[in-house]
Amino acid sequence: MTTAIAAATEPIISVENCQKYFPVTSGLVLRKAIGQVKAVDGVTFHIKQGETYSLVGESGCGKTTTAKMVLLVERPTAGSIKFRGKDLATFRSDDYKEYRSSVQAVFQDPWSSLNPRMRVGHIIMEPLLTNKKLSRNEAKERLASLLQEVGLHQFQGDYYPHEFSGGQRQRIAIARALSLEPNVIVLDEPVSALDVSIRAQIMNLLRDLQERHGVSYLLIAHNLATVRYMSHHVGVMYLGKIVEEAPTRELFTNPMHPYTKALISASLPSHPDIQREDIVLSGEIPSPLNPPKGCAFHPRCPFAMDRCSQEMPVLKAAQNPEHAVSCHLF
Amino acid sequence: MAQGHAPVLEVQDLRTYFYTRTGVVKAVDGVSFSLKEGETLGVVGESGSGKSMTALSIMGLVPQPAGKIVGGKVLLEGEDLLQKTPAEMQHIRGQKLCMILQDPMTSLNPVYTVGNQLIETLRLKPGNRGRGIKERAIELLSKVKIAAPEARIGNYPHQMSGGMRQRVVGAIAIAGAPKVLIADEATTSLDATIQYQYLQLLRELQEDTGLSIIFITHDFGIVAKMCDRVAVMYAGRLVELAPVRELFNKPAHPYTEALMRSVPNVDEEVDHLYAIEGQPPALDKLPTGCSFAPRCPYAFERCVQEYPSSVTVGESHYAHCWKLL
Ligand SMILES: Nc1ncnc2c1ncn2[C@@H]1O[C@H](COP(=O)(O)OP(=O)(O)OP(=O)(O)O)[C@@H](O)[C@H]1O
Ligand SMILES: Nc1ncnc2c1ncn2[C@@H]1O[C@H](COP(=O)(O)OP(=O)(O)O)[C@@H](O)[C@H]1O
Ligand code: SF4
Ligand code: SF4
Ligand SMILES: [Mg+2]
Ligand SMILES: [Mg+2]
Repeated sequence: MTTAIAAATEPIISVENCQKYFPVTSGLVLRKAIGQVKAVDGVTFHIKQGETYSLVGESGCGKTTTAKMVLLVERPTAGSIKFRGKDLATFRSDDYKEYRSSVQAVFQDPWSSLNPRMRVGHIIMEPLLTNKKLSRNEAKERLASLLQEVGLHQFQGDYYPHEFSGGQRQRIAIARALSLEPNVIVLDEPVSALDVSIRAQIMNLLRDLQERHGVSYLLIAHNLATVRYMSHHVGVMYLGKIVEEAPTRELFTNPMHPYTKALISASLPSHPDIQREDIVLSGEIPSPLNPPKGCAFHPRCPFAMDRCSQEMPVLKAAQNPEHAVSCHLF
Repeated sequence: MAQGHAPVLEVQDLRTYFYTRTGVVKAVDGVSFSLKEGETLGVVGESGSGKSMTALSIMGLVPQPAGKIVGGKVLLEGEDLLQKTPAEMQHIRGQKLCMILQDPMTSLNPVYTVGNQLIETLRLKPGNRGRGIKERAIELLSKVKIAAPEARIGNYPHQMSGGMRQRVVGAIAIAGAPKVLIADEATTSLDATIQYQYLQLLRELQEDTGLSIIFITHDFGIVAKMCDRVAVMYAGRLVELAPVRELFNKPAHPYTEALMRSVPNVDEEVDHLYAIEGQPPALDKLPTGCSFAPRCPYAFERCVQEYPSSVTVGESHYAHCWKLL
């Protein structure tokens, strides 16, 4: 029992001080590097077994790039990612193989993420069949249980993706991600392309699966209500950095960073009588090509002080040790 | 919000059908509502429920030749727009009626500067020519809160961010001092803080000009923040119409109720979301009776036999449902 508890608090994935810089080039023939986009600029967080860690923030703040590093699609420019305490940089081919089957993904667009020429049963089973040898019967049984798990009928395994609605295609993508019994699933905006009435079906399905299998999620979403419903921990990103992090309830009831407050204040109310504290941000989201000096948020921050344009704040624990914020006010 | 009493816009029993190989798609099937001066009406519903087609029917922009308005009236200040010629409609669209779409790039022409596009709209108004027109364009850009409008007027759309482009579309929309603005998912693609700025901006413009707004959205948050009244559409029909507080406090139609319970909430912790099972019906294969019956937890015999009539459930609050009789 004690080991089970220890395992539950031990992070399954640790992202430590990760950076991803993309070179920006000019010229068509002689490509000259003229700068770099700091898409992710020193991000640290931990995903615990059976929990959901969410990244929120506005477009371009580096959420997907962070997810891509976890999925081995992008290599960090600096920093490390650890899987059960083992640094990915030290992986051998066997470790990679295990990692690839333990960490799966479901993306936003259920229309383009499924091969249109494959039957759904084949799509779902493909990752499993390329990794394991199964007899015909075993494969059939496994497919049946996966379809059932995501709320699809047996006979639908013989259909093609175009014969399904958006919500059903997302179920197919989830079944495929589940086929290898992963420990972690990266969910990049899994419901934002779906119809309102279908979103709840998919969110509930994801929560049920987590409860049943103890799978962890790295969830990327810009909708705060979705994040509140789905996650245990939330990291708020701004221009490639996590500016605040806390357990979900703590973050929503006691937001500290001015950007988090602004995001919550800009989120749409759930009832016409709800009046929010008005924190109007001026200006646009700045570009990660030329992030402002000091605190990257200072040009838009209603509380900015002299110090903010000079000195970069660091993420540190608040009174609540689980709550961290990166702002000179604290 | 100052509201006059006479409706600016009245839509009566509007029917817009598509004639396709597989059958007749009843995209809008008997929709009626009215809009007062300075009022904001929200139109909500899932995708495919007919929200955009209702808007395009009002604008006289139903896709041709597949689509056809087969019945009803659209009265703008008492005049039926469905009787106008295409040339007359074009003029009305530049002046009295305008629309903002989700993707600002579809409304902006990539090869002209935003200044040119604004000036072109301003020129539509007789007498609006000559020197002052550029100043007027700059004024409009600053009205939609674009910083350094003198410089921005020479920008091409691709040189601006999504939020700025959407504000330019807003500036073009209000250039003709319209009576009615239809915003179709106009802020869906914007980031939260930028969306918030844009919604505040529309509010201010409305207070300045007495503009009436129709907000087409699938987001109840926008409805809660922006609207005075709400129309809920399902499968081409308007199933509930209510003042905004009434709708949030006691939704009458089972579909409205289910939809509201299925939306997660930023303001409080929700234990479990209600999920509406199944999907909306195909509009060329509508069931007889109530179109929501296959998904409705309250459905009973009568529901599958006859389409429900309108039931008054409160002041200015109507819903089409047999359960409410
Ligand atoms: N391959 C690349 N080359 C250059 N720049 C890139 C590349 N991929 C991402 N970027 C830049 O990195 C930044 C972060 O991008 P990312 O896709 O991670 O954002 P995001 O937070 O997922 O945004 P969204 O909410 O729009 O999906 C952006 O400025 C983006 O333009
Ligand atoms: N060009 C078209 N041909 C056939 N059917 C169409 C066409 N455009 C829209 N429709 C149908 O009309 C119905 C209503 O569409 P729309 O008004 O766009 O829905 P909403 O805006 O509520 O998502 C849908 O069933 C859609 O498939
Ligand atoms: S460090 Fe300064 S500018 Fe940055 S969020 Fe805090 S108060 Fe605002
Ligand atoms: S008419 Fe019947 S099926 Fe339709 S919403 Fe009312 S109770 Fe449900
Ligand atoms: Mg992304
Ligand atoms: Mg639409």
